[in-house]
Amino acid sequence: MLAFILRRLAQALAVMLAVAFIAFMLFQYVGDPVTNLLGQDATAEDRAALRANLGLDQPFPVQFAAFIGNALQGEFGMSLRQGRKVSALIAERFPATLELALTAAVIALVVGIPLGVYAALRRGRWLAQLVMMASLLGVSLPTFLIGILLILVFAVTLGVLPSFGRGEVVALGGWSTGFLTVDGWKHLVLPAVTLSIFQLALILRLVRAEMLEVLRSDYIKFARARGLSDRAVYFGHALKNTMVPVITITGLQLGSLIAFAIITETVFQWPGMGLLFIQAVQFADIPVMAAYLCLIALIFVVINLVVDLLYFAVDPRLRIEGGTGGHG
Amino acid sequence: MKAALQRFFDGDVWYSFRHSPVAIGAALVAAVCVFCAVFAGWVAPHNPFDLATLELSDARLPPAWEEGGQARYLLGTDDQGRDILSALMYGARISLFVGGVSVLLSVVVGVGLGLLAGFVGGRVDAFIMRVCDVMLSFPPILIALLIDGAGRAMFPEAAEHLAFAVLIIAISLSYWVQYARTVRGSTLVERNKEYVQAARVIGVHPLRIMFRHVLPNVTGPVLVLATIQVALAIITEATLSFLGVGVPPTQPSLGTLIRVGNDFLFSGEWWITVFPGVMLVLIALSVNLLGDWLRDALNPRLR
Repeated sequence: MLAFILRRLAQALAVMLAVAFIAFMLFQYVGDPVTNLLGQDATAEDRAALRANLGLDQPFPVQFAAFIGNALQGEFGMSLRQGRKVSALIAERFPATLELALTAAVIALVVGIPLGVYAALRRGRWLAQLVMMASLLGVSLPTFLIGILLILVFAVTLGVLPSFGRGEVVALGGWSTGFLTVDGWKHLVLPAVTLSIFQLALILRLVRAEMLEVLRSDYIKFARARGLSDRAVYFGHALKNTMVPVITITGLQLGSLIAFAIITETVFQWPGMGLLFIQAVQFADIPVMAAYLCLIALIFVVINLVVDLLYFAVDPRLRIEGGTGGHG
Repeated sequence: MKAALQRFFDGDVWYSFRHSPVAIGAALVAAVCVFCAVFAGWVAPHNPFDLATLELSDARLPPAWEEGGQARYLLGTDDQGRDILSALMYGARISLFVGGVSVLLSVVVGVGLGLLAGFVGGRVDAFIMRVCDVMLSFPPILIALLIDGAGRAMFPEAAEHLAFAVLIIAISLSYWVQYARTVRGSTLVERNKEYVQAARVIGVHPLRIMFRHVLPNVTGPVLVLATIQVALAIITEATLSFLGVGVPPTQPSLGTLIRVGNDFLFSGEWWITVFPGVMLVLIALSVNLLGDWLRDALNPRLR
């Protein structure tokens, strides 16, 4: 158990170091930071002074260590485009993205699981087949197209929902939330639904497949033989065992939600981290890109780690075999 | 050649194709899309890039069946009077080109590294597989965005010029992992078979064993994977172009057309963005269905 946890921790650390290294390389070798700060026509002395000041004359490992030290304190320098501290920019945008991703995850779970159960239990009926066809469309449609179609229907044609921005937000300390106003909720509907569709379809298909698998197993036959009601068999026995993989996948997908929010935020001009990142890519704003990369990597690594450990705690078979732990 | 064709038409794959209406339908749709894209210059009713034929008075015309539409412009026109149907065909050409080349490149990189990892083993194998692990923990679209962004930062002056190359490299570098893992797995199995050992004993050069003997035996799954990846690559290209970091606007792909049309959504000109979207979904869905069918048809366990 301890060895497993230590190995996973070491792996997570290695991934983070690799990502930090890539971010550092971006910083160092893509575009000249001195020219970026001083402009083209600075004197050679000025450049040398700034170079020494920034520590750019130090050997490579020292610079990398300094970069890691700064990154650990959330310090990524100034945005080249906006002239503000990257950490402040990201802190300002983070709540919007997190609220969007969480709402999307809740929608995907609350709608996806019941639909998946229905599609499994009523297999062959036309409504269940319709659900499956819709889910196939859901995994094939690109996210940005879903967003555009929703805007076309609900914002342009029907005119019932707003299509850009967060609306009215309330500041709670450093956290700006749209959850507390009606306007904020209205603005949240279309982006959250857009972001959730793909995950919803994925969860639906997963629940259906797992449910069909479980319903074939011996203990379900046994439960039926004991004369339990359909309700007890389906929801007490079958669904419960379906949930383990579903929770794993959902946990892993939370990270993708934050990443895919880039697209949704662009379509709806949602003022989150994704929009910040896309603007950084368009204008080659390296510090913002590097900071976003490290933050996203951290989120992914932490989620993967937690899911792995949870899996280990939930599934006793892994403990006996001393297996390699879920996925790579 | 004739014998090979005969064998193909007598074979299992063709049989399963003829008996799968979904596969036939998907193949038809895909074939029409590819045909229109490749021969856009002859098939398209107008040339959307020929400035001489554009008339601003024809701008923003709705599709022919709507009020105010003209039969000349079946699917309407955009803000500069370009025929949407023609722009679609030219756009599909660029989307298919970028998607196809990206998949080809990622197959070359992935199969090469997978073969190397599986055949050489040891540290090389461990290193390549760790890189795969790191890449697999992030969604490909994010990796493509990052490579694209870094590429743009490196060549700010030539961005317009190099955009295609950067985009293709970004997409292919984010999708090679799957091939590498698949090929490595099959190579590990093939490596210990008698024919490889025989070749070794005779003294064949390891590189020659790798490419002439092992490679042909591990390509089956790659074909299926590549089919599905074509759809993914096309969608990724469209997404990047939609986000404004893909192909330059002077040579619009389907994603660029959707991005441009998006600005006219609120003034009621829905056709500028909806038709490229439909075209994109048609291509992606038909290629996906074909890939699914091919996977089942080539899977010996399902026969």
